[in-house]
This record gives sequence, C-alpha cells and structure tokens, in this order.
Amino acid sequence: MNAVDAKPVKLAVRSATKVYRTASGDLLALDRCNLEIGRNEIVSVVGPSGCGKTTLLWSMSGLHSLTQGEILLDGQALTGPHPDIGLVFQEANLLPWRDLDANIRFPFEIKGQTPDNEWIDHLLHRVGLGGFGGKYPRELSGGMQQRASIVRALSLKPSVLLMDEPFGALDSFTREEMNRLVEEIWLDTPTTIVFITHSIEEAIFLSDRVVVLSPRPGRVQAEYEVPFPRPRSLEIMATKEVFDLTNAIKREIVGSRKRAGETVREVQHAS
Amino acid sequence: MSGTDAIPEFPKRSAADGADVSLTNMSALTSGPGVRSLWEVAAIAAVAVLIIGGAEFLLRFFQVPHYVLPPPSTIFMALITEFPHIAPHLGHTLVELLAGFAIGASIGLVMAAVITQVPFLEKIIAPYILLLVTTPMLALVPLLILRLGFGYEPRIVAVALAAGPMVMINAATGFRRVDSAKIALARSYGASTLQIFWKIRAPMALPMILVGLMIGAIFGLLTAVGAEMVGGGFGLGNRLTTYSSMIQMPQFFAVVLILSILGILIYMLFFLIGKKWASWEA
Repeated sequence: MNAVDAKPVKLAVRSATKVYRTASGDLLALDRCNLEIGRNEIVSVVGPSGCGKTTLLWSMSGLHSLTQGEILLDGQALTGPHPDIGLVFQEANLLPWRDLDANIRFPFEIKGQTPDNEWIDHLLHRVGLGGFGGKYPRELSGGMQQRASIVRALSLKPSVLLMDEPFGALDSFTREEMNRLVEEIWLDTPTTIVFITHSIEEAIFLSDRVVVLSPRPGRVQAEYEVPFPRPRSLEIMATKEVFDLTNAIKREIVGSRKRAGETVREVQHAS
Repeated sequence: MSGTDAIPEFPKRSAADGADVSLTNMSALTSGPGVRSLWEVAAIAAVAVLIIGGAEFLLRFFQVPHYVLPPPSTIFMALITEFPHIAPHLGHTLVELLAGFAIGASIGLVMAAVITQVPFLEKIIAPYILLLVTTPMLALVPLLILRLGFGYEPRIVAVALAAGPMVMINAATGFRRVDSAKIALARSYGASTLQIFWKIRAPMALPMILVGLMIGAIFGLLTAVGAEMVGGGFGLGNRLTTYSSMIQMPQFFAVVLILSILGILIYMLFFLIGKKWASWEA
C-alpha cells in the first residue's frame, strides 16, 4: 500500500515560483518549489500560515499560473484547468441557489455533458447523502455540505483530487468522520490526492506522505513517510509512533518559523 | 470503527454554516411579516377594525366636513360607485407604468451588468448614475410634455427615467458581489466568461436585482401619478387633481386607496418572486 517509490509520478511540481504583485511590493509566495506525487498516492502539505500551501495547490489545479516553473500532469505541462483534476475547496463552496442535485450536476452543465446519474447516485449513497438531492445547502450541516462538494469533485471521475483545507471549518468530530470517508472512498476508487491542511493529525491519518512547506517563500522543507497500513483506525492515532511523528513534524514547523523570523519575507523580485 | 465513542467532542467552530449569506440582506423582500398563529390574525384584525372603526366614529362624532376628510365608509362607497369611471384611468396609469418600467428596468439591468464588468467605466459613470437616482424625474415632466405632448409618451419616459436608475444601482450592487471561490469553481471546469456570468454572477445578483426591480416599480408608480397630475387629461393622477378641484373628497380618497393597493400589490409581487427565486439568501 505504501510502496511510494514504485509508483509512477502522476503530478510533478518543477521549480515552481510564484510572485504576487501587490501595492506594497512584490511578494514571493513560492520559490523554486519541487514536489512529486505518485499515482494514487495521498500527500498532505502542511506548513505555517501564509507559507504558500494554497498557492501551490491552486497552481497544481491550473487555476493560477506560475511565475516560473511548471506543473506536469502525467508528464504533460499543465496550461489551465484540466478535466482530470478535481478540486475540493475550503468550506464547501456549494452554490446556495441550487439544490444538491443541481450543485453536483454543475460541472456537467458547464461542460455540456450528460451527467453520469448512476455514478452520482453511487457517490451520494457512498457519502451518506442518498435522498438529500432536493435539499438546499443551507438546509444541510457543514459536514454534509462538504460531503456534497466531494461528490461534485468526484462526479467527473478525475484521476487527481486536490483538496484545499476542506475540513478546516468543521468541528473535530465531523472532521475525523470526513477523514475516514476520504480514506474509504480512496480505497474504493484509488485517486491521487493532494491535501492541504493545518492539522498535523489529519495529515498523518490520511496520507502516505506528509510534506512540510517552509515559511514564505514556500519550498519543500521536509517530507515524512507515513508507514501505517490501511484502512487506518482512529486507535492508530493514539500510538507512540503517531505521537513521535506528530512531534517531529511540529518541531520542523516551529523551527522553520523561528529561522524565518530573521529573513526578509517580502522581496523585490527582478524577473 | 469501535474507537468512535472514545473521541472527545471538541468545541465547534462551524464557520461553514451561513458563510454564503452575509453579503446582503434580503429582509426587505423575503422576511416580511409572516403570520404565525390564529392569535396574531385576530390581533391584526382587531387593530384594523379599531383604526378604521375609530376613524369612522371620530369623524362622525366631531362632524368633520366631508371636504376635509370623509369617513372610511363613505370612501369605500365612493370606491364602489365611482369605480366604473375610475377604471379606465387605472388602465392608463398601468399602461404607463408597465411600458415605462419595462424600458427603464431593461436598460438599467443591462447597464448594471455591463459597467460592473469594467470597474474603470463604473468609476467614470457612477456620479451620473447617482445624479439620476437622486434627481426627482418629476421635475422633467413639464419639459417632457413640451417635447412629447399630452399623451402617454412623456409619462412613459418619466417612469423609465425614474425606475431605470433605481434598478441599475441595486442590480450593480448585486453584480459587484464577487465570490472568487465560486468563480474559481466554475473556471476549474473550464467555464467561459459568459457561463460564469449566467451561472454564477447573475444568480448571485438576483436578490439585489429583485430589490432594485421592486424599488424601481414603486418609484415608477409615484412618477406616473405625478406626471399625470402635471398635465394630460387621463390617468389616476389626473383623477386626483380633478376630484380635488371639484372637492369630491370621497372619490379623491377612493383613488388614493386604489394607489395604495397598487403599491402593496407591487410589493407583494416582488415579495413572492423573491420568496420563490431568492429565498436561498434569506
């Protein structure tokens, strides 16, 4: 299950550099960031706030263009949004004027495709939302909304799922439920998942590999293999191995923050 | 998963709930007073009876002359007996209102959609829109009558001028509500600019558009009646000036009553449309 090295590279970040032009000068968000994600691997990206995690993910989705460097999907340079890449946003990002059915069929509507109703029904039941198709987002709890948004992201059968702090707004209990759900779905239909999170526990529970990003400008600072077998139970989170790993990652992040205090964060970028 | 029971419940922070609804408040349209119980109905009816009956009693008791203020029953009788004479004028007013509103609202909507796409253009145009909104278009009616005569035309133009800017500023507020996450969602599926407009921006603007249409329609009604009072021999506004000049106060107030009902119907129409199409924001 964790033979990462044997997997072919699905998504590659090559020397990714992103400069934001702001009123107070240029802001270097990513600086020659390199990352490889294997096929059907689950990789979490953690790091201090504002370290460029979201910038990295949005670049991987093709929604943001990089200032320098490139993103390779199956070896092909990504030039924009790609049908093979599904996105799950912070908070559910459902359209409040559409019921769940219409929300989940939104991607098909945009693409002018006939929705795969059988697959959508399967997914809805899979996440426990069978029979909720006529409900509006405001009638659902935060967890249910986020489950619907996962169904929406999976409805087009993407081979890559990018998740941008999807459960950050949920309470911890719902969050753990969602983490198990993601793993279950992944065991059902293996997908390459890149998962941005603030929670080291969440990252460890879900991932084959946890990537620590440095403070801005973001670069990969450390990587940790997570060797536990799947399906993972919540008991595993109480073991000494997880405890040690959590602490190691925490130390890495805290240490990097201290070092960053001495460096200049905003740079005048010439190119 | 046997470990579930052992998980302690941490404090909830459910920012996801209601995150989409904070931008504008549709309370003017969708959360109007809803009747909740029989007791409330009884209370509302009792107050109505008290006010109308009280007015009737006081006006009769103090023998207030009809040319000052006729009692409600007299106004109501006048409404019934005079209605066949008033009805054609009501029709004229409605024609002016509908035509002027259709023209003004369409132009207002299109302009709102266009200028909000070009922020620079919006900056240039904004002061003039404000001028159009704050200037009472009634002031232009004498000029319009000079140019366009005493028919429907000056009134329709006045209604359009009054309604259009109202629709426009409110719709523009709606179109300006940029939710970058929702637009990113559409873009991630390869949506075109036009698709983003129709499937994200327009629905997001709809509640404010409805508010604009309602305000525009009510301003349109005011302007239509006002214009009719200035000149021309027909319309409810003309009835008001005619009846008051002949001191036919029951008939005068019957027309006022019709205008009130018309205004309430406009409000209810948009209230119901809002409830059906924009209730997601309430």
